[in-house]
Amino acid sequence: MDERAARMGLRWVGDDAAVIDINGDVTAAAEPALTSAYEDAAKRGARRLVLNFGGLEYMNSGGIGMLVTLLVHASRNRQKLAAFGLSRHYREIFELTRLDEAITICDSEESAVAAAAS
Amino acid sequence: MTEPSGTRRPGRRAAAPPRDAGSWAPNVHRLSTGPDRAGTNVAGRRLTGPVQGFGQMWQKTYRLDVGPDIAPRQAIATWKAHFAEFWPAGSRFDNSLTGISPGDVALLDVGLGGGVRLSTGVFVLYADEESFTLMTPQGHMFAGWITFSAASAPPGPVTTIQAQVLMRANDPLYELAMALGGHRKEDQFWIETVTSLGRYLGAPPAPVQARTVCVDSRRQWRRAGQIWHNSMIRSLPRSLRTRTRGR
Repeated sequence: MDERAARMGLRWVGDDAAVIDINGDVTAAAEPALTSAYEDAAKRGARRLVLNFGGLEYMNSGGIGMLVTLLVHASRNRQKLAAFGLSRHYREIFELTRLDEAITICDSEESAVAAAAS
Repeated sequence: MTEPSGTRRPGRRAAAPPRDAGSWAPNVHRLSTGPDRAGTNVAGRRLTGPVQGFGQMWQKTYRLDVGPDIAPRQAIATWKAHFAEFWPAGSRFDNSLTGISPGDVALLDVGLGGGVRLSTGVFVLYADEESFTLMTPQGHMFAGWITFSAASAPPGPVTTIQAQVLMRANDPLYELAMALGGHRKEDQFWIETVTSLGRYLGAPPAPVQARTVCVDSRRQWRRAGQIWHNSMIRSLPRSLRTRTRGR
């Protein structure tokens, strides 16, 4: 297995809030792993989804496109999305692509979970 | 600025720049084109991604196998170096887009038929050795990204070139135009582009595989006012002047 390939973890931080821990490289190739984590969370009743980018090592434009698709799925299912753990570099990419207008970016997991509730 | 908590790693050395650092364009709020190219529906405009568009969201993928003799990096290097040459007749880039570097802005002139021309542009959002992505400004036909890539997919060493568009029409007028033949015209546009590159690379003649997925069938009506920036409407006076002169 490619060590740089994205690895997704799923954990719960409340009855309806799930954190997806994103590690490694986020490219279009990561879509099956992210989709699987998302579907698992949705199946188990997550209304709030928090993306943890603390382990993000690399992202290309295919990865950003994948996040847009995730956003559409979450919006369709009336789930709120927030993110934390983005380094300054990746925050700027979210601003450049204007993804920050749709996904609330927070400084900590606690604030991201709270933001996804509002 | 406070370092986000998720990035802390005890015992880790001072963070090296991410591997993708040189591939992304610097953050810009509004596009600039230089004083000699003002008034072209690009200068001062904001970039628009699929989140900001009005119409249904589509993902369109156009792929062509170019054989085992062309490496993905070679295909992308060629695509970057000759990008404008592979565009179908009737549409042209200004000559500023040579090499495709992150942050480049290129002006684009598209013939829409009936003498109507659309003056707009694109911004190079991302570029590495195996892919590059263009992003559109306000007023463009669609809000979104076009990613050009090449890959050598297992099990064989055959290289595939691909253009993938993730987009929403930017306003209600464009959405209507897309429904009334715009999608078909766009498909034809990208199929011709990919075919041209394949031919240049010496690929054996083969049909381009096209796949269209409606990612989101909803329209974002709160963004209907984006018609104010519509570059087709704003290009009309110029189109009319050109037609009048041509008589």
